[in-house]
Amino acid sequence: MAFGFDGYQTDGFFDESFSEDGISREHYRQLVERFRKMSPEDFERKRKLAERSYLNQGITFTVYNDNQGMERIFPLDLIPRIIPAKEWDVLERGLTQRIQALNLFLRDVYHEQKILKEGIVPAELVLSACHYRKEMEGFDVPHDIYIHICGTDLIRDANGSYLVLEDNGRCPSGVSYLLENRQAMKRVFPKLFAQYSVRPVDSYTQELYAALRHVAPGRQSDPHVVLLTPGIHNSAYFEHSFLARSMGIEIVVGGDLVIERDKVFIKTTKGLQRVDVIYRRIDDDFIDPKVFREDSCIGVPGLFEAYRKGNVTLANAVGTGVADDKAVYSFVPDMIRFYLSEEPILANVPTWMGMREQDLNYMLEHLEEIVVKPTNESGGYGLLIGPQATKAQLAEFRTALRANPRNYIGQPVIGLSRLASYCDGEFEGRHIDLRPYIVSGEKTAIIPGGLTRVALRKNSLVVNSSQGGGSKDTWVCDFEEDKPC
Amino acid sequence: MLSRVADACYWMSRYIERAENNARIIAVNAQLLLDFENQKTFLPQEQWQPILAVFNARKDYLSLYPEISQEKVLEFFTYDRKNPNSLFSCVEAARENARAIREQISSEMWEQINKIYLYLQGDRSHADFSGGTHDFYRRIIESSHLFQGVTDATMTHGEAWQFIQMGKMIERGDSTSRLVDVKYHLLLPQGEAVGGTVDIVQWKAVLRSCSAMEAYLKLFAGQVQPAYVANFLILDGGFPRSIRFCAHRLNSALHNISGVATNHFANEAERHCGMLRSNLDFTTIQDIIKSGLHEFLDSIQYQLMEISNALTHTYCQWRGNEKTP
Repeated sequence: MAFGFDGYQTDGFFDESFSEDGISREHYRQLVERFRKMSPEDFERKRKLAERSYLNQGITFTVYNDNQGMERIFPLDLIPRIIPAKEWDVLERGLTQRIQALNLFLRDVYHEQKILKEGIVPAELVLSACHYRKEMEGFDVPHDIYIHICGTDLIRDANGSYLVLEDNGRCPSGVSYLLENRQAMKRVFPKLFAQYSVRPVDSYTQELYAALRHVAPGRQSDPHVVLLTPGIHNSAYFEHSFLARSMGIEIVVGGDLVIERDKVFIKTTKGLQRVDVIYRRIDDDFIDPKVFREDSCIGVPGLFEAYRKGNVTLANAVGTGVADDKAVYSFVPDMIRFYLSEEPILANVPTWMGMREQDLNYMLEHLEEIVVKPTNESGGYGLLIGPQATKAQLAEFRTALRANPRNYIGQPVIGLSRLASYCDGEFEGRHIDLRPYIVSGEKTAIIPGGLTRVALRKNSLVVNSSQGGGSKDTWVCDFEEDKPC
Repeated sequence: MLSRVADACYWMSRYIERAENNARIIAVNAQLLLDFENQKTFLPQEQWQPILAVFNARKDYLSLYPEISQEKVLEFFTYDRKNPNSLFSCVEAARENARAIREQISSEMWEQINKIYLYLQGDRSHADFSGGTHDFYRRIIESSHLFQGVTDATMTHGEAWQFIQMGKMIERGDSTSRLVDVKYHLLLPQGEAVGGTVDIVQWKAVLRSCSAMEAYLKLFAGQVQPAYVANFLILDGGFPRSIRFCAHRLNSALHNISGVATNHFANEAERHCGMLRSNLDFTTIQDIIKSGLHEFLDSIQYQLMEISNALTHTYCQWRGNEKTP
C-alpha cells in the first residue's frame, strides 16, 4: 500500500476519521489532506523529532519486569483525534453530572447511607467493596469533595455512541501526556493549528492548583500544597514531577513528611514547615502504615489521624475507590437519578454482575463472547476478553467466577471506535478510547478533550500504556456552521 | 527547601563535576602515554598505576580484572557499572538525583543530564570511545560545562543553587588535589632527574588536564617549574580550578545559605571551611613542599570530606529533637 490513505479499511468498525465508503469525515478533511500531501520521509522526520524530544525530556513511564530497561516512551501517534465542539459540549455536561453524583454518593455512603437504605444500591455490594473505608464513616471532608481529580474512561461503540467504561476516582494518571502531547504537536504541525481552531488545554495545572487550595483546612489564606509521590521508581513518576513543576509546588516522598501533634510537616533545611494540602499519588492502602497496610514503606505513619482531625486535606479523599469499584459502577445512572433527579446524559456499558445469580449464569454460559473484569483492578490487568481467550484461560475464569462472583463483572465486547494511526509506514485504523480529566474544586473544570489512548497493536482492544498502547493529541474544535473553518 | 532536595541538589552537582574531573584525570594519563610512546621504559601496570592510586581503586580494580592493562583500566573508569566512580556510574547517579528534584531544576538542566546519560548508554558513545579516547573524554567534559552554564543561566540563584555550588566546589577542590597528586605517583624513568625534561613534560600534562596551561603561562612567563605549577593549582586566588578558589567559593555558598557573616560560623561545616580557607590564604608553596606535597594534598581531601559530612548533617538530615514551629 502506498503512503497515505488509499486502501484505508474501516473493517466494519465505527471509524472517527472515515465513513464506511472510505470518504474522510467532514471535520477530518483538512487534516487528511495535509497528511496526504506529506512525503513519507517528511512524516518520518517529524515522528522522529517528536520521539527524540520525548526521550530527551524524559517523558517516560516505567515498565516492570521488562529486560529492555526500565523507562519507555509512551508513543505519540501524530494523527490527532478531533472532537467537534458540539459533541464535546454534551460530553462535558454528562461528565459534570456524573462527578456530582459520585461525590454525593461518597458523602452519602460515609454518612447517612440513604441510597443503601432505600435499596437503590445494594448495601452488601458497597460495604463489601475492598475499597470501602470504614475509617471514613462520619468524617466530613472539606466542601464535601471526595474526588478532586477524576479520569473517566469513555469509549464509542459501533454506532459511534459514547459510553462510560469506568470512572477512575482514585489516582487517575495520564494528564501529563495530554499536556506534553499538545506541546509536541504544536512544534511539529504549527500550521495545522492555524487551520483548526483548537481549544487550548494548558489551563489544567492552574485549575488543579486552585482546586487543591480550595479544599485547604480551616481559614488558611495561603495554604501550603505538596504532591506526595511513591518515589522515582514509580511508573508515573514523570507525571508527578511534571505536575509539581507546573504548579510550582514541592514534590515529597513519605520520608520527607513527619507528623507531630497530629499536624503534618515537611523536613526542610531550616527545620519543620507545616503542610495543609497533600495531592497524594499513593493509593489508600499505602498511605499510612498505622491504619492501612502495615508493610507500607512509602506512606507516613500518623497521616490518617492528622487527616481525620482536619489538620490536613488529602486529595483525592480516602475511600473514593468504592465509587470506581466496577460493580458499583453499574449503579451510577441510578445515583444520578437519585441524587440529582436528572436522567443520565452519558450511558454506561451494559454490565452483568457476578453477584446476581441470573447474570452469573449468563456470564458462565457466554464466557467466550464477553469481557470479564475483576471489580477492583485497574490498568487493564486481570481481565478476560472472551473471543481472544485460550481454553485454559476460559477455564481459569470459570473457576474464579464461581468461587468469587462478587469480584467479577461481565460486559459485551464493544468494538471500540477506530481512528487512522501510523503503523509501520502506513495509516491504518486502530482502536481508541478517551480519558477526560475532571477537576472538582469551587467549580467543576474539565479541560477540553482529554487523553486519547490508542491500541497500536493490530486488532488489540487494550489501550493501556503497560500493554502496548500509545496516545494521540485530542482536539476539541469549534466549527462555524458545522463546517471546518 | 526540603532537606532531601538539598541533598539531591548537592549530589547531582558533585556527580556531574566528578564525571568531568575523572574524564580529565584519565585523559591526562592517556596523553602522557602518547608523549612517551616510543620509550618502552614502562610496563603497562606502571603506566596506569598512578590513576588507580589517586582513586584508591587498586583493590577494587584487581577484584574485577586479573591484570592491569590500558584497555581494562579505561573500561573500568568509563563504563564499568561495578565501579562507583566510573563515568557511567557518576552520570547515572547524577541523573537519579536530578530525577528526584526535577520540579526544582530547570527543564534545560534536566535535558542536559539526560542527554549525556542517553549518549553514554547508546551505541554511538561506544563507537566514539573506541574511535579515540581524547575526543570522547573531551565530549564528557564539554557536557559538564554545558550543564553548569545552563544551571547558571536558567535556575534561580537561591538556596538550591547554593547547594549545587557547594557540590561543585567540594568535588572540584578534591579532584584538583588528586590531579596534582597524580604527579606524585608518576615514576620518572631511570636516569631522569627531578626538574629534568620528563619531569617537566609530566607537570605540563597536569596543567593541561586542569585546562590551566594558558592561565599558568600568562602568570609565570613561559617557565614550567614544579613548585610554580603546584603553587598555581593549589593557591592561586583567581583560577577557577585551584583549590583555594574552590574553598573560597564553597565558603561563600555556605554563608549565603545561613546568612551568617564570613568571619563567624554558625555550624560545623562553616567552621571547618573557614579553617581550610584561612589555611590556604596564609600558607606558601614552600611550606607545603617542606612538609610534603602528597601529605598536604591528602589532608585537603580529608578536610573537604569533613565539610561535606558536616553540611549534610546540618542541612540534609532532619533530626527528631528539633522544635516544631
